[in-house]
Amino acid sequence: MSQPVQLPRWMDIGLLPLWNLAVALAVAGLVVLVIGQSPAQALTVLLNGALGSTRGLGYTLYYATTFIFTGLAVAVAFHGGLFNIGGEGQATVGGIGVGLTALWLSPHLPAPLMLPVLVLAAALFGMAWAAIPAYLQAWRGSHIVITTIMFNFLASSLNVYLLVNLLRPKGSMAVESSMFADSARMPALHELAARLGFELPSSPLNLSLVLALAACVFVWWFLWKSRAGYALRAVGSAPKAAHYAGIRPRMQVLVAMGLSGALAGMVGINEISGVQGKLTLDFVAGAGFTGIAVSLMGRNHPVGIVLASLLFGVLYQGGVEVSFEIPGFSREMVVTVQGLIVLFAGAMAMVSAPLFGRLYLLFKSKEAAHG
Amino acid sequence: MSEISSGTAVPSAVTPAVRLAGISKRFGAVQANRGVEFEIAPGTVHGLVGENGAGKSTLMAILYGYYQADAGHIEVQGQRVQIANSHQAIALGIGMVHQHFMLVDTLSCLDNVMLGAEPAFFLARAKREVRAKLEALMRDTGLHVHLDALVADLPVGELQRLEILKALYRGARILILDEPTAVLTPQETQQLFETLRRLRALGTTIILITHKLKEVMALCDAVTVMRAGQVIKTCDIRDTSPEDLAEAMVGRKVNLGRSGGAAEGRDERLSVNGLCLKSEQGVALLSDVSLSLRAGEIVGVAGVSGNGQSELLELLSGMRAPDAGRMSLGGASFEAARWLEPRGARALKLAHVPEDRHACGMVMSFPAWETAVLGYHDQAQYRCGPGGLTMNEGHMRAQTAEMMERFDVRPRNAELGSSKFSGGNQQKLVLAREIGQAPAVLLVGQPTRGVDIGAIEFIHGQLRALRDAGCAVLLVSSELDEILALADRVLVMNGGRITGELPIDQCDEKSLGLLMAAQAD
Amino acid sequence: MDELLIGSVLASTLRVTTPLLLCALAGLLSERSGVIDIGLEGKMLFAAFAAAAAASVGHSTALGLAAAIGVACALSLLHGFACVSHKGDQVITGVALNMVAAGLTVVLGIAWFAQGGQTPPVGPEVRLTSLSGAYAEPVAGNWFASVIGHGLLSHNALVYLAFFLVAAVWFFLEHTKPGLRLRAVGENPAMVDAAGVSVPRLRYAALLMNGVLCGLAGSYLTLAQNASFSPNMTAGRGFIALAAMIFGKWKPVPTLLACLLFGFLDAVAIRLQGVAIPGIGEVPVQLIQALPYILTVVLLAGFIGQAMAPQALGRPYVKER
Repeated sequence: MSQPVQLPRWMDIGLLPLWNLAVALAVAGLVVLVIGQSPAQALTVLLNGALGSTRGLGYTLYYATTFIFTGLAVAVAFHGGLFNIGGEGQATVGGIGVGLTALWLSPHLPAPLMLPVLVLAAALFGMAWAAIPAYLQAWRGSHIVITTIMFNFLASSLNVYLLVNLLRPKGSMAVESSMFADSARMPALHELAARLGFELPSSPLNLSLVLALAACVFVWWFLWKSRAGYALRAVGSAPKAAHYAGIRPRMQVLVAMGLSGALAGMVGINEISGVQGKLTLDFVAGAGFTGIAVSLMGRNHPVGIVLASLLFGVLYQGGVEVSFEIPGFSREMVVTVQGLIVLFAGAMAMVSAPLFGRLYLLFKSKEAAHG
Repeated sequence: MSEISSGTAVPSAVTPAVRLAGISKRFGAVQANRGVEFEIAPGTVHGLVGENGAGKSTLMAILYGYYQADAGHIEVQGQRVQIANSHQAIALGIGMVHQHFMLVDTLSCLDNVMLGAEPAFFLARAKREVRAKLEALMRDTGLHVHLDALVADLPVGELQRLEILKALYRGARILILDEPTAVLTPQETQQLFETLRRLRALGTTIILITHKLKEVMALCDAVTVMRAGQVIKTCDIRDTSPEDLAEAMVGRKVNLGRSGGAAEGRDERLSVNGLCLKSEQGVALLSDVSLSLRAGEIVGVAGVSGNGQSELLELLSGMRAPDAGRMSLGGASFEAARWLEPRGARALKLAHVPEDRHACGMVMSFPAWETAVLGYHDQAQYRCGPGGLTMNEGHMRAQTAEMMERFDVRPRNAELGSSKFSGGNQQKLVLAREIGQAPAVLLVGQPTRGVDIGAIEFIHGQLRALRDAGCAVLLVSSELDEILALADRVLVMNGGRITGELPIDQCDEKSLGLLMAAQAD
Repeated sequence: MDELLIGSVLASTLRVTTPLLLCALAGLLSERSGVIDIGLEGKMLFAAFAAAAAASVGHSTALGLAAAIGVACALSLLHGFACVSHKGDQVITGVALNMVAAGLTVVLGIAWFAQGGQTPPVGPEVRLTSLSGAYAEPVAGNWFASVIGHGLLSHNALVYLAFFLVAAVWFFLEHTKPGLRLRAVGENPAMVDAAGVSVPRLRYAALLMNGVLCGLAGSYLTLAQNASFSPNMTAGRGFIALAAMIFGKWKPVPTLLACLLFGFLDAVAIRLQGVAIPGIGEVPVQLIQALPYILTVVLLAGFIGQAMAPQALGRPYVKER
């Protein structure tokens, strides 16, 4: 992947992402104008819908949870020098893992045992789905971008096949599995709050949020504090130096993609165990690609990813509200904004970065002249 | 310093094909060419010799339009010209055959010649025209190439002929060849010489950049020797000899008073036998290299860059495996099939300061304290936390601070990104890391490339101290001065072989120069 | 065998293959010049929308085609701006284009037509209909009418154009001067630059051709296959086209064969549902639908020959000196 121009740190992590976001929103605003709506009105409804009520906030955080997982997945792979575009498929297979394990074991195990088993299942299934393209890249030179795109489609085909042919309860027309026993359900946050005496409006927000934040801490520790992370970053950043240091690049590809797939697979916990309670079609709904946007905006760092996930959570929840309240708007506006963010923060990063570099140098030289 | 004569060797009645008048070129702090002045007679083969960094390549790049000179001018066929880019050079009849071929593997030879100068929109007709021209050209020059074969399927010698054909097709009357025999087998070299002689007979002027003196004597009509950006001498080949040229090339008085330590009787730390390495195209990079390193000595490997020194370092450090050969290090022995690996090398107390510190020796995006443990990051001393999975950052940072103090790395900031340090400080950091492991064997490649004077002195001092403490040091450097200042004995490499070995007190310009220019028979 | 079955499968195959083929040829031209094109899906989708919108409102086939080509070319040029002129990451740009297309087509569709993202149906006189008008259905008992007539001769102009374009692209690449240069720039752009030919200009030319072909592919979906645009109607076809291009090793004729194979699999998938193949049993329809992807992965893994991509693919060209 291409590395941007050397800017001072505060510009690189603070100013540039905000600038990219601003440009993307400005273009989105133009689109809103073109379709004859008011950007100001849309923005107000959006922010209100996402942050203006406790219920909305609950939804926003629930969306953010999924995005944290997929964003971390992209970030870990990026630090290993790989572009994991297969988060969508890895999340689907993670969900399949959760579904199969829950259907099999949930009638027999109590929640304190079942839930950790489900987390393990989600991680292992997601990891396995990423490991195959990783192996093909490392040992057979197959371009990982293409293979992971193919595996995305294979994952959804697999899901359809399982649901239609194996998991659908007899006589049911809906393409979904039977419900899990309660022990396989990630407790919803409003239920937990009720037990503690607090009144929270119901929302899909569940304990997975805690899991997501824990995953952030883990990824931060792994990448910058652990020996394994050191080796991974070395391979991602300087493959020749890594070879000189005796680090084996092929293993690192497996590690990077394996961890990445495991993180993406955790989406299954949030969606399948937390919200749906059964395996369904298309529960990932593009979150794998949102993860790419989140990671780009968050500069591939857990802190940035949390912030960017919140941003996208706001966009998604706010987008739903806007599509309810303002006729002529649909949820696809959010997808458009997301695409614009990836375009400016990712593809066009090389356009704005040199510009900022020059502005910075200009500013510095003026400072030197006056100082 | 040796005398600098700038007289031309050819009677000035004939208009020279090329005349370089006072060419100077500076790149930042480096003066690549300084007042270069000489003439090349038409229809001759003119050799341009010198060590690495002598300024030959820069000079030819200026002639071919890649760079513009800061001062001086160029005359082609008696006319003063401005050469702003390579297309203008081609228009003036100057063609260049680079060391790294500019060819498209998946296209045929014919297509490669034609690209950019296709005579027609429809290839069928274009190919007919080009083929007719090329066949005439091949007849006249005796250069033969399989026009319809794919470049990927052809041997290197034929590809070089293709490059020459490409230049001639575009009307080159002055042909520059940059180290053409570097990639050729001995037979292919002879064939090339035949071709060049035939071209000369047809009136083409040929400029041959090389450091191989035997070839110069065999082929050239006149020769110019350059050193440190200046022309040392230009003369007719009949008026000189290999020894003469070698002395001009090397040209500095050696401090003959220095004698090295006697290393016999000390234990052998590393030895290799019969190392052979071939490139993908089958060109021999190393042929039957054997050497032995003893404790408490610095062995310098001298020779013009590109003669196998880099490959030797890669093999000895375990970064690459040879096709044949044996190595014994610290009691363990290795065969070509199951060669040493970098991890194993370090475990056997071999440290390596790589030639390319930017790509290999450091991770530019890491802070200094992370670069300072590169290669040793898995050692027990750097592990902590449950299961030893966490990096012992405190210890790493403390050690880095210590290293920076001992080796005077500035700024003394272990958090600073590795890319932010100056070249000299980066090199000192890498050295500090490798020397800090108290190795039994240290491999060092180009330790002072891009390093300022003060740091050079410091680094040399560190290497001597290491030697005195009993380490075996292998020093590869294209700076002859450095080798002469540090080594106890000097090995000279040329063409992938070790052409000779001299103890330091027997080194002088002639003997070294001859060894550096010698070609294996 | 049953002439009704053969005839209808043949006809279906050619119909399904056409958009795949046009898209795959588009990707081929871009990638042979060294620029990765993940955005085929998005360009085809946006082109389909533009064709449907313009054709239904303007009541003109030509307008629909022009709009589709215009939009796809604009997206291709944007890709070029980010990647060729500014060395952006080619994969990320493609992903971004896909996202923007998926979102914007529905946003504009709802805003302009208020039908939940669908465009109003394109009138029958504007749609691309069968050229010959005959052989609309296979005829029982008549081999010629079923297989040759319905199978091969009953299609609209775009279908035949697509197959003609295979020959055109092949001829362009192998037998013309710009084609030679395009092939070279995807393998060794430094050499092309040294020979005095502009690398960016070649790549932009390839991207423009890519845009035209994607425009045609999109138009097929809404002017020939269906009568209107519906959200996400490309349903991954852009990626199957990408797979076919790779499976066809970036060469026009093998790509055609790959597209035909994948088209055949799609045409046959529904028919095979519930049918037991001797020796294997019932093949799930999802497996057949997944076959193009599986085959591509197997090829990339090197199990059925080597997939040699153009050498400079994916690497932005930076002048050395």
